[in-house]
Amino acid sequence: MGVEVRVEGLTKSFGSQLIWGDVSLTLPAGEICVMLGPSGTGKSVFLKTLIGLIKPDRGHVWIEGTDIATCSERELYDVRRLFGVLFQDGAMFGSMNLYDNVAFPLREHTKKSESDIRSIVMEKMEMVGLVGAERKLPGEISGGMRKRAGLARALVLDPEILLVDEPDSGLDPVRTSFLNQVMIDLNEAFGATFLIVTHDINTARTVPDNIGMLYHRHLAMFGPREMLLSSEEPVIRQFLNAQMIGPIGMSEEKDADELAREIGQELPPLPPIPIQQLPSSGMLRPTQRPPGEWCRENGIVPPPGSFEAKAVGAR
Amino acid sequence: MTVSATAPLKHAGSLFAFALDTGRATFRRPFQLKEFLQQAWFVASVTIIPTALVAIPFGAVIALQVGGLIKQFGAQAFTGSAAVLAVVREASPIATALLIAGAGGSAICADLGSRKIREELDAMMVLGIDPIQRLVVPRVLATMLVAFFLNGFVSVVGVMGGYVFNVVLQDGTPGSYIASFTALAHLPDLWQGQVKALVFGFIAAVVASYKGCNAGGGPKGVGDAVNQSVVITFMLLFVANFSMTAIYFQLVPPKGA
Repeated sequence: MGVEVRVEGLTKSFGSQLIWGDVSLTLPAGEICVMLGPSGTGKSVFLKTLIGLIKPDRGHVWIEGTDIATCSERELYDVRRLFGVLFQDGAMFGSMNLYDNVAFPLREHTKKSESDIRSIVMEKMEMVGLVGAERKLPGEISGGMRKRAGLARALVLDPEILLVDEPDSGLDPVRTSFLNQVMIDLNEAFGATFLIVTHDINTARTVPDNIGMLYHRHLAMFGPREMLLSSEEPVIRQFLNAQMIGPIGMSEEKDADELAREIGQELPPLPPIPIQQLPSSGMLRPTQRPPGEWCRENGIVPPPGSFEAKAVGAR
Repeated sequence: MTVSATAPLKHAGSLFAFALDTGRATFRRPFQLKEFLQQAWFVASVTIIPTALVAIPFGAVIALQVGGLIKQFGAQAFTGSAAVLAVVREASPIATALLIAGAGGSAICADLGSRKIREELDAMMVLGIDPIQRLVVPRVLATMLVAFFLNGFVSVVGVMGGYVFNVVLQDGTPGSYIASFTALAHLPDLWQGQVKALVFGFIAAVVASYKGCNAGGGPKGVGDAVNQSVVITFMLLFVANFSMTAIYFQLVPPKGA
């Protein structure tokens, strides 16, 4: 039923280049979190640090009392059983067909019979809509299918934590919405903790319970969705609304001249906060909060038109 | 990124650590028999024909050189012996190693490198599988096995090539060429050749796997890794060859000395 991930003071640099420093946040058990950030801010590095593929320079990642950053190789392998990871291009094993790819973790880690494996694999394949493509090789199918197959493989061991690296890169908006719906339904059904790394604003605005944003080598903000969507903080506001006015420029940061030119320019008003995408059942997920609750509790007036059905926008 | 003076040391150290990891993982069960057989077949299939094609002229060149030299000394009776010695002791392991590194090693490096950039290796580790045990160990063992047999093959082809050239082109006497085989060479020469081939196979496969598993930066990174792996392997091979020859002469004195 989901596991909490607590990150404390995480710092990573490659050579003398700091990727991000002093990142602290908690992924609450069973909730969906999205990590946002402009291209090249080390979102994927962050995700790989959480599963111990990359060792941080400083800091800790606590999962059920184990510190991923400092634990032994053996403990790491044990903790990784809790994880399912969907890599950017699906990372399917090129020499196996999709069925064998999805069955791979089961054959490696369980003593299940082939017929049990078959029923589990087919169930997951159906969940991601890949029935009929089991015998295809990863090289023969489209990027979207590879991604869905990767999701099926990440799911077969019923993970407690699911890390998803850019589910929307290279996917058309329709498939992205479907994939988002699949993830929301999975969260409802299994209650796993989700971390989705993306720079797709539509996904970030409508899917998660919490949003975090990496910018300029640090964690700019992490908190409930409504907190960030109603935030006046320039970086958050600029990114979540895809605006050109703000501190983010074409190359990471704008220089002083560019910023000076923007002084006095009217910021466009905050767009309304869309309704969070619901699971197919139409009911709130166990960890989902009713629309507007956070804003009411914290005395924030959401932008006009928020939480109305039409504000869902591109969805 | 700044290049520090210790960077080459760091690479040498992590290559060595990788070799140790590979050695340790060799004894971890379950052994990947299927992967091992597939890789052995694969390495053999990419190396056998080029090796044969290289071995014939290699033996011939040695026969020509040695034959000419020995004629000047007036010791034609030892032509066969000298050619055998040169082929079995040095030429054959080196020719084998260059082909294993050039054809087999580069293919291994490209294969692992493309898996690395497709994040397959990461996915494997996340699924709790050690890529070294699963992918690298079978490749290293397969390469060593193929190098071992290939060395025998090159020795035979090389000696035969030498025989043909000596007898046909240099008017040597067939009988004395064969009869003098054991005048200078002895059995330990063959064993050391085979041991050399095993070590060269190990070096070539470990370097190729190391470079492949650490490839980065997209398709170009894989190309660079392949390039570097071949160059590094060649350099290491010649150093290793020198050391092993020196040790061999200390341990096993030449026949009649």
